[in-house]
Amino acid sequence: MNSRNPILQITNVGKEYYGNRVLKDISFDLYPGEILGLVGENGAGKSTLMNILFGMPVIADTGGYEGTISINGTAVRFRTPFDALDAGIGMVHQEFSLIPGFTTTENILLNSESQKKNILDEVFGPRMDILDRPDMRRRALEAIGKLGIQLDPEMCVSEMPVGHKQFTEIAREIIRKNMKILVLDEPTAVLTESEASILLDGLKKLAGEGIGIIFISHRLQEVLDLTDKVVVLRDGLIAHEAPTAGLTIREIARRMVGRGFDSKEAEVRPSRATDETVLEVENLWVDMPGETVRDVSFSVRRGEIFGIGGLAGQGKLGIPNGIMGLMSAGGSVHFRDRNGVRRTAILNDPRSALEQGMAFVSEDRRGVGLLLDEPVDWNIVFTSMQIQGRFLKPIFGGLIKWRDEGAIRKTAWEYIHSLEIKCTSERQPVIELSGGNQQKICLAKAFTMKPEIMFVSEPTRGIDIGAKRLVLDTLRQYNQDYGTTIIMVSSELEELRSICDRIAVIDEGCVAGILPPGTEASEFGLLMTGVTARKTTQQQGAEQ
Amino acid sequence: MNRLKQFITDFGWPRIIIALFLISLFFAAPFVDVRIDTSFSDLFNRFGMNAVLVLAMVPMVQSGCGLNFGLPLGVIAGLLGSTLSIEMGMTGTAGFAMAIAIACLFAMVLGYGYGKLLNRVKGDEMMIATYVGFSSVAFMSILWLLLPFKSPTMVWGFAGKGLRTTISLEGFWSHILNDFLAFRIGENFVFPTGMILFFAVICLLVWSFMHTKTGTALTAVGSNPEFARASGIDVNRMRTISVVFSTMLGAVGILVYQQSFGFIQLYNAPFYMAFPAVAAILLGGASVNKASMVNVIVGTLLFQGILTMTPSVINSVLKTDMSEVIRIIVSNGMILYALTRRTKVSK
Amino acid sequence: MNQSKTTRFLINNAVTILFVILSIMSIPLSGYSLPYLFQEILTRLGRNMFLVLSLLIPIIAGMGLNFGIVLGAMAGQIGLILVSDWNILGMQGILLAAIIGTPISVFLGWICGSVMNRAKGREMVTSYILGFFIDGLYQLVVLYLMGSLIPVLNRALVLSRGYGIRNAVNLVGIRQVLDNLLPLQIAGVRIPLATYLVIAALCLFIVWFRKTKLGQDLRAVGQDMGTAEAAGIPVERTRIIAIIISTVLACYGQIIFLQNLGTLNTYNSHTQTGMFAIAALLIGGASVVKATIPNAFIGVILFHLLFIVSPMAGKELVGSAQIGEYFRQFISFGIIAVALVLHAWRRRNEAEQSRSLLRGGGARQEGQSRTAGIKED
Repeated sequence: MNSRNPILQITNVGKEYYGNRVLKDISFDLYPGEILGLVGENGAGKSTLMNILFGMPVIADTGGYEGTISINGTAVRFRTPFDALDAGIGMVHQEFSLIPGFTTTENILLNSESQKKNILDEVFGPRMDILDRPDMRRRALEAIGKLGIQLDPEMCVSEMPVGHKQFTEIAREIIRKNMKILVLDEPTAVLTESEASILLDGLKKLAGEGIGIIFISHRLQEVLDLTDKVVVLRDGLIAHEAPTAGLTIREIARRMVGRGFDSKEAEVRPSRATDETVLEVENLWVDMPGETVRDVSFSVRRGEIFGIGGLAGQGKLGIPNGIMGLMSAGGSVHFRDRNGVRRTAILNDPRSALEQGMAFVSEDRRGVGLLLDEPVDWNIVFTSMQIQGRFLKPIFGGLIKWRDEGAIRKTAWEYIHSLEIKCTSERQPVIELSGGNQQKICLAKAFTMKPEIMFVSEPTRGIDIGAKRLVLDTLRQYNQDYGTTIIMVSSELEELRSICDRIAVIDEGCVAGILPPGTEASEFGLLMTGVTARKTTQQQGAEQ
Repeated sequence: MNRLKQFITDFGWPRIIIALFLISLFFAAPFVDVRIDTSFSDLFNRFGMNAVLVLAMVPMVQSGCGLNFGLPLGVIAGLLGSTLSIEMGMTGTAGFAMAIAIACLFAMVLGYGYGKLLNRVKGDEMMIATYVGFSSVAFMSILWLLLPFKSPTMVWGFAGKGLRTTISLEGFWSHILNDFLAFRIGENFVFPTGMILFFAVICLLVWSFMHTKTGTALTAVGSNPEFARASGIDVNRMRTISVVFSTMLGAVGILVYQQSFGFIQLYNAPFYMAFPAVAAILLGGASVNKASMVNVIVGTLLFQGILTMTPSVINSVLKTDMSEVIRIIVSNGMILYALTRRTKVSK
Repeated sequence: MNQSKTTRFLINNAVTILFVILSIMSIPLSGYSLPYLFQEILTRLGRNMFLVLSLLIPIIAGMGLNFGIVLGAMAGQIGLILVSDWNILGMQGILLAAIIGTPISVFLGWICGSVMNRAKGREMVTSYILGFFIDGLYQLVVLYLMGSLIPVLNRALVLSRGYGIRNAVNLVGIRQVLDNLLPLQIAGVRIPLATYLVIAALCLFIVWFRKTKLGQDLRAVGQDMGTAEAAGIPVERTRIIAIIISTVLACYGQIIFLQNLGTLNTYNSHTQTGMFAIAALLIGGASVVKATIPNAFIGVILFHLLFIVSPMAGKELVGSAQIGEYFRQFISFGIIAVALVLHAWRRRNEAEQSRSLLRGGGARQEGQSRTAGIKED
């Protein structure tokens, strides 16, 4: 199965985005027929590495990459995905790329259909040939057979179960004549257990034909079952590379998340957590595309900074969106209001959540969090104005509520100073500010509401180091000064460990476990990769 | 230099070209025996006639419902107001006030239904608005023939049934606004003070509304509906409010137009009334989801300026009437430009 | 949705069924005889089918109702004006008009397609406004330049002021030339066989076109631009090609239309072309995203049936023929409004449905392209 020469050689590949180093010194080989498992947290560099390999324009547009990539001994430099396709690399993404109204066959052969030549193509070009449907069907069945699966070649994709859609995507990649390397990004995320095992068998069969496979997944058990060797990425470096035989899940998890616990982070600070439960979430489900929440339960104490972590797509982002009414949700949520009375939260109603004293800093800063075309002061006070009726002057005995520009300006400047928001004036359109300053405005908007409970999603995403520090310090300070309960969702484990009192890990839409921040990193890693069966004593202690 | 460049990119070349074109027409006028004072008089008159109709675009644009190609609905409400007022035999200021009152009532009802419809078709508003507008005009044409109007000034002579196509406002409230506080300069210049004042009052009304809590929410909905939703705003309610407001302004707008024109025009007249208003506000600098009072004033001045000056100047030069063709090219070209402009922030 | 097949059929074809009912009610009211109606419909089918069929390809390409076929109509009319001027008679006249109109409509179609590409998501409004804009340019050429800068030999075509084409051009040289090319009469009913053969040829072309690679690409682009682009299909070019084909077909369609009427209303013949063709197609059961040849056929029959009978039926019902006229207008506009509303409504429903089906998977966002890369903020 393994011939002598590697089909893919990655040597000293690195990438920098405008001074921000994302990948460094990545080197590994892939042999024909070998299955390589690529694991790592979000932000570890997996996506960037695959973007480089697949010739995504974003790489060339931002200064290219360092190092060399060789296919069958020849150095290559892809500028577009089509270059990569021509060289024999196929990529199956997480999101489906299928034409819903086309059949399986038509999708598998999209833009590589068999054609019957006729004279018109001399005059009008090759696209005037009639499609040779019988031949297309034959080729489609061939590809399906290679995977060893059952697919109806004439079924319309829109009517297919999700698993079949995944198989169709894969069949489309392997139909190419010169397919040498197949990269799969979280292929089992949407599959049932039986479909997943069929897929893994199919992949083994493919490898048996000499195709090299790169398998990206966070389901470590699958990685162990399928792959020949494992490469662990962490913080842009290769943390570990070893043959799969002899590895354990714990070992891999440890390599994924383990960093030396930086003692600088572990400042002793007085926790503002009280014993009073301020939020109880039971059996929450949220329908958020890509971040589905299936069944989440946890409770939060007043004054606590509660962290929610987990890998991308596992559902952590769905939790605040669901509770704040931005995505459809169900289950039961109870909270204690400012007077300590236990009330039931109304779901699927953004206004209700806001009125009940909850505020939300969304992970989608530009899409949901800001009015990009409007000035700084509008953005800061808008929600408070609409929900709490502040910043308005009543005229005609309250019949007309007039915007109080003076009060708006005053509040805006308070936050511009306290959060060090860099802008030309309070009237500057927010779209002109940097990511970090935009995020500060989102925080200011939430602070203006003087909330009881504040949800913050990915607070430091896309922000430079200095601003990151400031944002986290601001949150911590706010909690210190006002005792506001903060629920923080983040993909960066270190960030959570630096300011949270407790951290919940979400995997596959459920709470895998809740741990104190000081727990060894590999424990977090285990929870993130789906090992929920084992409960350590630390974990049991934190869940009280 | 940079600021100038920025201004040009934001303002857009087509607008600059048209503005320069208009200014050159004014300069050319005396050389081709076109009187400046008559031209200005015409211009102010036409400005006053059309400005409120252009203003009717603002609420819907601000709330993200797009350009109101369904303005004919508001016009129909206005027509109902004026015909019913005449049917009641009311003249003068009372007649005009009654027309406005009835028109606004109808506009509220029509606007409400229209708004509900648009809420169900988010993203396709403009095309649907156009055809809803057209169907309504055609439907009303049937009604103008059937409704039991009796007033002799309005009804066909010998049949005694069904309204005439054009109804004169002589003796009712023709020029009721124009003549209020009007003043002359010389023989050829008359300033329709009343109409301009009326527009200023309505303009102030719209401006004030935009500064209230509801108006602020409305603007946010047009700026970023997801943000508005996350802030607890009922997006659909805001959109419906904007549609009702737009329709009411359209109703008042056609009444202002009629009193200056001196006639009520029924049947197929309202068909294409949305297009000049849309073109005017776009010419004034508005985009598909942002419009201000300044856009309205500048746009109406520029657009009506072109319509006033082109016939007189070009006709004198080329000895031919090209005004219609130029109107078509300019107004539709402007709308095309706005539709194909890549917006800064994706919707 | 557990609806019976009949209920689903009724909902999907609500508009067509409504029209059938309306027609059945109006025919006896109008007082026209069935043989008369039959002959009229046959004639109108020949006259209008080509134009309606020109709408099919852009719908397949996902570009909605091509209000821009007006551009093709104008191109055809320019051809006919020139042919009348040069006094070229018979089939040569028709063919020459088509030959002149072709490059003009290719050019206009290219403009229309390019403009529509710049206004993705707003194609219908944009093609609609573009129609008016080009109409302005058409008037500029025909009303001012022809006879002055562009030489016109036959002064009878020119307005009394010395330049500009007259409001009505008598197409006596080519009148019904195509219709009468292969005259056929069965039991007193005249059938314009040649015209029908041409229409049949177009139908065959459309059927064949769907089977080609280009047709397949068009379908892919029409359903999901992002996926098509990621697969390497040149999306923008394909869309422009679709519009060009539609515009050229409209050019020929308008020529066929006018040779049957025998008179060209220089400034009006084309303005209603787009709308009537679209209304007819929609009445036949087509939607903004799906249209077939039977839709065109049924649509033309129903639309024109109502067209013929409504004035007289209106007179019978309420004593005014004028009402019938307005009623006709109301139906044409109303049907398009209804179709657009249904389309928008269905599109949003589908988006909701597909999201719930892919719960737990990765629902593709509209417009996101695979070539945009893995998202990393």
